[in-house]
Amino acid sequence: MQEKQITLDANEATAHVAHKLSEVIAIYPITPSSGMGEWSDEWSMAGRKNIWGTVPEVIELQSEGGAAGTLHGALQTGALGTTFTASQGLLLKMPNLFKIAGELTPAVVHVAARTVASHALSIFGDHSDVMAMRMTGVGMLSSNSVQEAMDLAAITHAASLESRIPFIHFFDGFRTSHEVQKITPVPDDVLKKMMNDDKIIEHRKRALSPDNPVIRGTAQNPDVFFQARESSNKYYDACPGIVKQKMREFEELTGRAYQLFEYHGPEDADRIIILMGSGAETVHETVDQLNKKGEKTGVLKVRLYRPFSMQDLIEAIPASVKAVAVLDRTKEPGSTGDPLYLDVVTAFMENETEEGKPFGKIPRIIAGRYGLSSKEFTPVMVKRVFDELNEVKPKNHFTIGINDDVTGRSLEFNTNGWEADPETFEGLFFGLGADGTVSANKNSIKIIGDNTENYAQGYFVYDSKKSGATTVSHLRFGPKPIRSAYLIDKAKFIACHQFQFLRQLNILRHARKGATFLINAPFAPEEIWKNLPNEVQQQIIEKELKVYGIDAYKVAKDNGMGNRINTVMQTCFFAISEILPKERAVELIKEAIYKAYGNKGEDILQSNYKAVDNTIENLYQIDVPAMAESEIHMRRPVSEKAPDFVQDVIAEIIAGNGDNLPVSAFSEDGTFPTGTTCWEKRNITQEIPVLEPDICIQCGKCMMVCPHAVIRMKAFDGDLLADAPETFKYMDAKGREWPDNTKISIQVSPEDCTGCDLCVEVCPAKDRKEVGRKALNMAAVEPIKEQEIENWDFFLNIPEYDRSLLKTETVKGSQFLQPLFEFSGACTGCGETPYIKVVTQLFGDRMVIANATGCSSIYGGNLPTTPYTKNAQGLGPAWSNSLFEDNAEFGLGYRVTIDKIRDYALEMLKGMRDTLNGDLVDQILNADQSDEPGIFEQRERVAVLKKELETSGHPKAKTLLSVADYLVVKSVWMFGGDGWAYDIGYGGLDHVLASGRNVNILVMDTEVYSNTGGQCSKATPLGAIAKFAAAGKRTGKKDLGMIAVAGGHAYVARIAMGANDAQSLRAIIEAERYPGPSIIIAYSHCIAHGYDMKYGLNQQKLAVESGYWPLFRFDPSKRSEGKNPFKLDSKPPKVDFKDYAYNEMRYLLLAKTQPKIARELMAQAKEEIQNQWKVYEQTEKLYEPDASSDTDS
Amino acid sequence: MNLESTYLGLRLKNPLVPSASPLSTDIDRVKQLEDAGAAGIVMYSLFEEQIKKENQALDHFLNTTGESYSEALSYFPQPQEYHNLHAEDYLDQIHKIKKTVDIPVIASLNGISKGGWMSFASQMEEAGADALELNIYYIAADPSLTSDRVEQMYLDDIRSVKEAVNIPVSVKLSPYFSAFANMATRIEGAGADGLVLFNRFYQPDINLDEMDVEPSLQLSSSFEKRLPLRWIGLLRPHLKGSLAATTGIHDAKDAIKMILAGADAVMMASVLLFKGPDALSQMLSEMTEWMEEKGYESVEEMKGAMSSASVADPGSFERANYIRVLQSFDPKNIPS
Repeated sequence: MQEKQITLDANEATAHVAHKLSEVIAIYPITPSSGMGEWSDEWSMAGRKNIWGTVPEVIELQSEGGAAGTLHGALQTGALGTTFTASQGLLLKMPNLFKIAGELTPAVVHVAARTVASHALSIFGDHSDVMAMRMTGVGMLSSNSVQEAMDLAAITHAASLESRIPFIHFFDGFRTSHEVQKITPVPDDVLKKMMNDDKIIEHRKRALSPDNPVIRGTAQNPDVFFQARESSNKYYDACPGIVKQKMREFEELTGRAYQLFEYHGPEDADRIIILMGSGAETVHETVDQLNKKGEKTGVLKVRLYRPFSMQDLIEAIPASVKAVAVLDRTKEPGSTGDPLYLDVVTAFMENETEEGKPFGKIPRIIAGRYGLSSKEFTPVMVKRVFDELNEVKPKNHFTIGINDDVTGRSLEFNTNGWEADPETFEGLFFGLGADGTVSANKNSIKIIGDNTENYAQGYFVYDSKKSGATTVSHLRFGPKPIRSAYLIDKAKFIACHQFQFLRQLNILRHARKGATFLINAPFAPEEIWKNLPNEVQQQIIEKELKVYGIDAYKVAKDNGMGNRINTVMQTCFFAISEILPKERAVELIKEAIYKAYGNKGEDILQSNYKAVDNTIENLYQIDVPAMAESEIHMRRPVSEKAPDFVQDVIAEIIAGNGDNLPVSAFSEDGTFPTGTTCWEKRNITQEIPVLEPDICIQCGKCMMVCPHAVIRMKAFDGDLLADAPETFKYMDAKGREWPDNTKISIQVSPEDCTGCDLCVEVCPAKDRKEVGRKALNMAAVEPIKEQEIENWDFFLNIPEYDRSLLKTETVKGSQFLQPLFEFSGACTGCGETPYIKVVTQLFGDRMVIANATGCSSIYGGNLPTTPYTKNAQGLGPAWSNSLFEDNAEFGLGYRVTIDKIRDYALEMLKGMRDTLNGDLVDQILNADQSDEPGIFEQRERVAVLKKELETSGHPKAKTLLSVADYLVVKSVWMFGGDGWAYDIGYGGLDHVLASGRNVNILVMDTEVYSNTGGQCSKATPLGAIAKFAAAGKRTGKKDLGMIAVAGGHAYVARIAMGANDAQSLRAIIEAERYPGPSIIIAYSHCIAHGYDMKYGLNQQKLAVESGYWPLFRFDPSKRSEGKNPFKLDSKPPKVDFKDYAYNEMRYLLLAKTQPKIARELMAQAKEEIQNQWKVYEQTEKLYEPDASSDTDS
Repeated sequence: MNLESTYLGLRLKNPLVPSASPLSTDIDRVKQLEDAGAAGIVMYSLFEEQIKKENQALDHFLNTTGESYSEALSYFPQPQEYHNLHAEDYLDQIHKIKKTVDIPVIASLNGISKGGWMSFASQMEEAGADALELNIYYIAADPSLTSDRVEQMYLDDIRSVKEAVNIPVSVKLSPYFSAFANMATRIEGAGADGLVLFNRFYQPDINLDEMDVEPSLQLSSSFEKRLPLRWIGLLRPHLKGSLAATTGIHDAKDAIKMILAGADAVMMASVLLFKGPDALSQMLSEMTEWMEEKGYESVEEMKGAMSSASVADPGSFERANYIRVLQSFDPKNIPS
């Protein structure tokens, strides 16, 4: 019987099988594999059983290394186990993979193959991670599509059990892991039949058990290790046969046939491409098209990559083949070729020397590299490779898909030379992350997949910003299986869900002639045309597009759906795309709505139903005039004033043309200039804060909390106002510290603001006569945008106030300092970035940052533009990201070097004193750089020294000149989240805290792995729900602060800006000043907590007032002054923990799903808070200097 | 001594009934109240609006942050089933209280829309409630909304609930109607089996430190009973249905006064929250003592003995306070 088809992505498909065939699942989040762990956790929490009728145990570890260790232990004690990972995560599992393989233990690691970070990190797909595992001895099976991911997952588990070889089962990260396809599922009874019960018993018998004790994992010496290592050969020799056998069994059970090496093409092909992964499907599709035109091309899909069966490979290739291109989706710099190529060449060579299968002449074999980091790999590229194979002397070791204008390795190709299959519907949907476009499209795919004979495919592209992010949905439907593992270039249907995109993105370049174009426009039907940019009008006319319009936001609002236009736009799509009859589509949409919202209450259901009906009434076709007459034009991606690199490279990436940039556009080592976010004006908010100078008290709080540094304050002499724009706002400076005629301006950048509201929420100044009016109020941006752009430009040109004259130890004083972290892509209302910004204000001109992978490395360092910037003197933070796990050690390396080179410079300087200005040298040697003026003076002195060195004839002058800047202090910072500090990087962090070196650690504690979607960490509080803790966290949050206090050597502070900004500031300054290691744990509200971020500061306050987050500072240096080093900065709990917690979905969700457990955990949490408070109070007392011993001495 | 009373057609062993308050969230407390002599219990209010808002918030925060950034397509596990989306907790509590105590259980529903009232009301009936108290809470702040329209909304709500259920329905009201007596009879005409006078709710206050408006709920004081006392006294002769007094009843004397004015049930919360269930048994014994002293043999005998129809000067319930205050003025009493 044919199984009912389902639509899902490869992560879900794979996890389904893995969960069914495992007893122990050890997990840790990493993109793009996190979904597999999340599904497993949710299923086990919901009690879903494996094929043996028991619920698999899912356990989260502190790192992938930990997950591999736990898996290894589980396997050694007899479990059937699995784990999921990618990229760096797989690398961390590598040592255990050697062991697990060496011990011949069946197990499967499912990998969503992802780029390993080199010159840059990338979350996208290629085979560099799995290829790095070749040495370990694990088997490797590659799936090329969603269907295969499910099928081969089953075959892999079965083959591993049977062969005793542990396996990596992999598929392309994002392209396959996140692609939604209609597939036929593998039913449980097939899985049962695939798994050999006898082999399970054998596996159990090998388990470590005191009932039958053995020892494994011995240490061996030169005399025996080698022989013992060779003893497993026969298992590897047998393995391909076993995999083949399992593929045959699978075919008998399901009808779906797989081979170790699967050839597709004519028996008399002259040219073939050999490759693995999703690209093989694209080649398959292209081969079919080419052969229809008379060519003789073929594709060989590699499925079993390890153990590599040379014989099976050769058998699979027709003897007629004259030329072979082997394509690798990885790069092994400096090798004789990328890995698959080498394997194929070796196979042919050995076939020849062993006189195996006769080829008339060994085919010409060339190597090509494609698709790194999910680079597009399309039919035109495939055709280009086949064309190259026709050449007498084809280019070897080529690259395809890029323009390598430096070393000339790339094959040139024409992007326009391909017609998509006419029977396949191709649609593109441009939306905002927040508007529900992607979920609507996922829904549409399910509707079409489940209710028609059509095959369906969906792939979703997100940009790298966390606020105001654009999404592009690529949807294909058609009667034939869809093998197109690449983006849609020319669509039959294009929907623009956000009107403002039309001025920013050239959406219609993707429109085919005669395509349908749907626009969500906030205008009446007759107003739409004239509001379209001229370039859009032209393309509509030239391409003869059918244009439809709807005011989706109005329909959504009218039906109580707020800003969620998903249902409305989805209905429009079905109404005009003619994929289904309109009435049937409406019926199916409503069914889908019932499935999605049926469990969320009648009201939500009804408003969605109503929205569907109202949509049809409000959708209309737009008459297209013959001429494009609009005076509105598309915006340039960056200002004309931007520097060349930004114009030539960054602007192209912003405009979506990054694929066209040649190799020469980039530095060879991954270096980029800082300070580029200021050129990317994103214009993502409808409202901005507007200042009322007559109410403002100039407290600086709004600047302090602004996550994007878009609201700024400057003090300046009134004379500078001569050229001020008319609407420029300023006030007389309040306070006695200012010279006469000092003015203060607080200015917002209207194009960079994200509209989060935090500044308005924090503003304490209210109009005495109209208390609802504050010194800052949100107002519509459009009417004031142009004037505020002018005001912002004027503001930027006002010189910064002399730092040395500011009281930077106060909140107000600190906020006159220039932020050197601005306009990041962090979420609207982010709770982390205000801390980073303050640190850069205080120390940015002399700081180096080591940044752990996570949110802060993404908004801190993801292209196209990056937020760390420079001041007018060209000084600013230098930033780098090493890994997730090693950030403390990485930053320690900075410190050690900076100290070492400074010492070296001092040594040289002392040695050269007599040849230089002796007074200057003495001043440099004895400089006090403990405050701003001291640092400023030292910089001046070093500048003079450098001048002198330039003309000095001393043999070491050049060397000293190169390191002279180290004579000015440098501030070393390590930034990261709780996933790093509490979990994966804790060992290193602990070591650095004990090192005594002068480093500063800022832990932005969001209490979950925010960047990967909110998985539980050891910072997650008791009673909160998180991914991997779907049933609520049962243990309390780890008290990292008190652990650090117990160490005794480090400055430690726990802060929450929303509760006490002055204490936060004081802690940051003290930490930096402390001559040893410092750690600051900063409460960071986060969208993963589930509430409106504009209340982030209120929640911080409640967290402190409830006693959940006590504020404290621990300064060991106070001891020598006879003072108490431990200072509790907050008061005993006075707010009920519930009144804090139940404002947040992470807590409420548990109450809404498991109220009894929620009640128990809430009671436990309250008790723990009380106990924690007692401990803190006692600690403060404990550290009180002993008065009696003082007097005794 | 016969303390029995009939309220909404329910036989009560005495007229004292704890009113809608957090007391009924705890089954043990309900049992203690029964043991202390409570003749029935009105459950805490189910707020229709709150249920809707919670469901919307749940949907919003679970879904709107996802699908916009490739590393985090969602931020929460997606639970398959939610608890209490349709007030199951409340219905379950009715069920549990019914199983625990023998006294009548009156469910309390606080809502605004027609659809909501009906579905929740009939579910409460199914869950075992002996009667239903509708707490209609509506601040007519819209200047374009006429008193006619507002009154009609009340009547429509009551009619729709009465159509949906077979158990008795009482209506808890605020006194802010320009023609309250008329409104009271129309409410009875719309099907209400009784009136509960009057409701208390959150009133705004101003926080002088933060310069913010804050809602706050003050527990009642004994003085506040004067308002219900007046209206029970006034309405008793004009209504066929039951009357319950609530707000400001703190001791036996307060309760006795209400019964004399015409109340069939006397409801209290503040005093029980303050002093615990024992306050109830104390009130009962003091009430009995007073009745013995005055020669009453039953509560029924007392009921309405001093309503506007029974007192010598019916005008006394209508007169504004100051007249009495002025009349009681005697220059002799001024301290020299």
